[in-house]
Amino acid sequence: MSEIALNQAPAHLRQGSNIGQPLTRREGILKVTGAATYAADNNPPGMLYAVLAVSSVARGRVASLDVAAARAHPGIVDVMTPGNRPALAQDPDAKDHPFMFRMELLQNDRVRYANQPIAVVIGETLEAATEGATLLAPTYETETARTGLDGGESFAPPAVGVGNPASVDRGDVEAGLAAASRTIDATYETPAQYHNAMEPHAIVASWTADGLSIDTPSQGLAMAQGRIAGLFGIAPDSIHIRSPYLGGGFGSKGLISGPQILGILAAKMTGRPVKLVLRREQMYGPVGHRAPTRQRLRLGADAGGALTALDHHTRTASSTFDDFFEPASDISHTLYASPNLATSHEAVRLDTGTPLFMRAPGEATGSIALESAIDEMAEACGMDPLAFRLRNYADAEPISGKPFSSKALRECYRQGAERFGWSARPLAPRQMRDEAGLLVGWGMGTATFPALMFAAEARAVIRRDGTGLMETGAHDMGQGAWTALAQIAADGLGLDIDRVEFRAGTSDLPDAGIAGGSAHTATAGTALHKAGEDAIAKLAALALRDERSPLYGAGNAGVVARDGRLHRRDDESRSESYADILARADVPSVEGRGKGAADPAAQEAYAMHAHGAVFAEVKVDPDLGQVRATRLVGAFAIGRVINPRMVRSQIYGGMIWGVSFALHEKAIVDARTGRPMNPNLGEYHIPVNADVPALEAIVVDEQDAHVNALGIKAWARSASRGRRGPSPTRSGTRPGRASASSRSRWTACSADDQPAGCGSPLEPAPHR
Amino acid sequence: MSLTATFTVNGVRRQVDLPDPRVTLLDLLRERLDLTGTKKGCDRGQCGACTILVNGRRTNACLALAISHDGAEITTIEGLATDGVLHPVQEAFIAHDGFQCGFCTPGQIMSAVGLIAEGQAGMDPERVREGMSGNLCRCGAYAGITEAVLDAQARLDAQDRSQAA
Repeated sequence: MSEIALNQAPAHLRQGSNIGQPLTRREGILKVTGAATYAADNNPPGMLYAVLAVSSVARGRVASLDVAAARAHPGIVDVMTPGNRPALAQDPDAKDHPFMFRMELLQNDRVRYANQPIAVVIGETLEAATEGATLLAPTYETETARTGLDGGESFAPPAVGVGNPASVDRGDVEAGLAAASRTIDATYETPAQYHNAMEPHAIVASWTADGLSIDTPSQGLAMAQGRIAGLFGIAPDSIHIRSPYLGGGFGSKGLISGPQILGILAAKMTGRPVKLVLRREQMYGPVGHRAPTRQRLRLGADAGGALTALDHHTRTASSTFDDFFEPASDISHTLYASPNLATSHEAVRLDTGTPLFMRAPGEATGSIALESAIDEMAEACGMDPLAFRLRNYADAEPISGKPFSSKALRECYRQGAERFGWSARPLAPRQMRDEAGLLVGWGMGTATFPALMFAAEARAVIRRDGTGLMETGAHDMGQGAWTALAQIAADGLGLDIDRVEFRAGTSDLPDAGIAGGSAHTATAGTALHKAGEDAIAKLAALALRDERSPLYGAGNAGVVARDGRLHRRDDESRSESYADILARADVPSVEGRGKGAADPAAQEAYAMHAHGAVFAEVKVDPDLGQVRATRLVGAFAIGRVINPRMVRSQIYGGMIWGVSFALHEKAIVDARTGRPMNPNLGEYHIPVNADVPALEAIVVDEQDAHVNALGIKAWARSASRGRRGPSPTRSGTRPGRASASSRSRWTACSADDQPAGCGSPLEPAPHR
Repeated sequence: MSLTATFTVNGVRRQVDLPDPRVTLLDLLRERLDLTGTKKGCDRGQCGACTILVNGRRTNACLALAISHDGAEITTIEGLATDGVLHPVQEAFIAHDGFQCGFCTPGQIMSAVGLIAEGQAGMDPERVREGMSGNLCRCGAYAGITEAVLDAQARLDAQDRSQAA
């Protein structure tokens, strides 16, 4: 079974009594008893069911809908089409800022991608509404769909990711290549992928006298509130959104999507509460995906294996009507030292739903290509892949020249390699076999992810009974916000975690910012920490000016908050409980406020990233070409660890996403029609339990004084990056599920099993 | 045509009007009996989030028409804990962090209870992984799930031994 050691944060990294402790999930009992309420679990009285009808073509217009047939079906209450959709205050195609994505809200009869909503059928029961949607029997005027990375004229996007420049360079790549003693020129493709959170997007919406009441999963409550307010022309604070638990998000629930708005429209149209839940296949269109990429890497190295040039060019795709460009080349800004460095992007427009950020956008796609190219270069230089990476280790951020705020990557390499047994790896491929005759290959890759900070606010209250309250509208999508943020909140107030009420997950709380970019714990956590400091300072002020308090006159020496008491810093025997201070001051409570945001000065001075190294063993059947990952060891430097139990789970999840990227998941689009061909969990493969190898995660000690007040870096996503596996077949072991060969076209040359030559698309292992 | 069916759900006998024969066991539980612990992830038997026990057997509730299970004994995630005491599988899932977002968790736990009852996997981690592979987890909590199933199995075996003694 999995080799698992819960790596506790070293004692000196702990702060207070809560941070650093491997607490179990605070919402754990609710989740194992079925009592945790996800959006679609709400059934308010009088609720109707809305079901989407979606387009079966990718481009054209809806010519007809048999609305009469749908309406005639027993139990159908109404059918919403472009002809009768309630008015909106804002054009769904308006785009005021890059984070505002265009939606299909039945504004016309155009079809711009397959699975686009074209009507909403509302019924008394789910069964009636579902049947009603099929009775619409749409017909189309179909136009030829533009598909694939060669499906359109390419252009240079104005920006990639969220506002990053599309092209950046330093030095002279062509001169660097000319001066190199070895070069490689390799092209890699990555397929479109879909988030496929286990919980489909869902909404239960009710219009009431007070405004709009919504249950829906959201990774960004305040942004969702603002978007809905704009579309319906109502005040944001008249919209109350509850999102206590997300059944996974991975980026697809970062922004409210068109189907969720259609649920609100259906409630408006009928004057009754409405539940709308996407069917799984309807998630392959209107709620985002990871765009496909084709990446060309040109590398040069000198005789000693030092890079002289690194050129990373990406071709990707967005929709015909909106902009999101997968920033795959940007990974090369950060990882390897090269005096000459260039990154660039081009894009085509396809008849597809708009792509979106999906777990590590740019980093996941980009590092699989960069790391494969690095392996190929190491091979060309006759060097071990790890030795080659150490030879090109970046002590300053390659693109900017800035020092890193902290970077314990060498230690990740060392500890990961030692644990894995890397030193026993033969340099030449195809040297190892197991007792059953399977080829055994060992490979490794580097992970990195920026330590981002967004903006968040929090409120802290210390009550007369000595307990605390902490509030921020944070989002728990499985990363452990309910627990980790409560730990930070409790330490911020100097209280045991059971003495603090922690509120999160609703839109009426202070804005916790978006739960994305692996920045939520750092951002919302910093806000909580500062709110706690503020409340403690106010409490201390009450005591310090009261001559009856044992703390009176502590003045310059100050006080420390611990276990519900303030202690004089210069004489800890002199202390007073929070309850006593508030009682004597005769106030019911004190309140503090805090904000979490990036420190612009620190960001200007330092490059801030989390790092890691992942080592993988795969076994390949030499006759069938079947590849299975059998063992993974990852070592990660992620700053301060708030909860090692949850960090372990996040890291394992990221490593499994890496396995999935390498061996399993791939959306296939019919080139003739533009329709996704595998829009379901049977044919879009994600790893099942039997696909997951023995996992081991090491958290490397790292302290970062610059990244934020708590020293927290990204913890989740970096693990899913930087791992590439030798590809080609899926190991179909799940009962009742077909074992298809989902072949990816990129490869990794460092793995010993590699049967084909480097630099060419990998085909299944030939029979031998 | 008005149909009725009788189910014993988590030990309670319930007669249910089924005016619509299209209702699945999953939608019956979630939308008509307000037992929303059982989740819908795909509605076509591919993800396992809706796993319940029907007459003691693991079943994808989304693929079972309610009317065809008249008389069945059904156990859902809500019926696993007794008198506020968690089932050993539930306890083990918390202890081993066998979930993250928690959406697949009711199905995973019911599947684990069914697997242990089937006695097919024993303490062999590979067989546990295989036996739990009808339940997808996109968060990737599989390591914790496997640990939890093995731990719960060991605890249940010990309970059986002490009861037999």
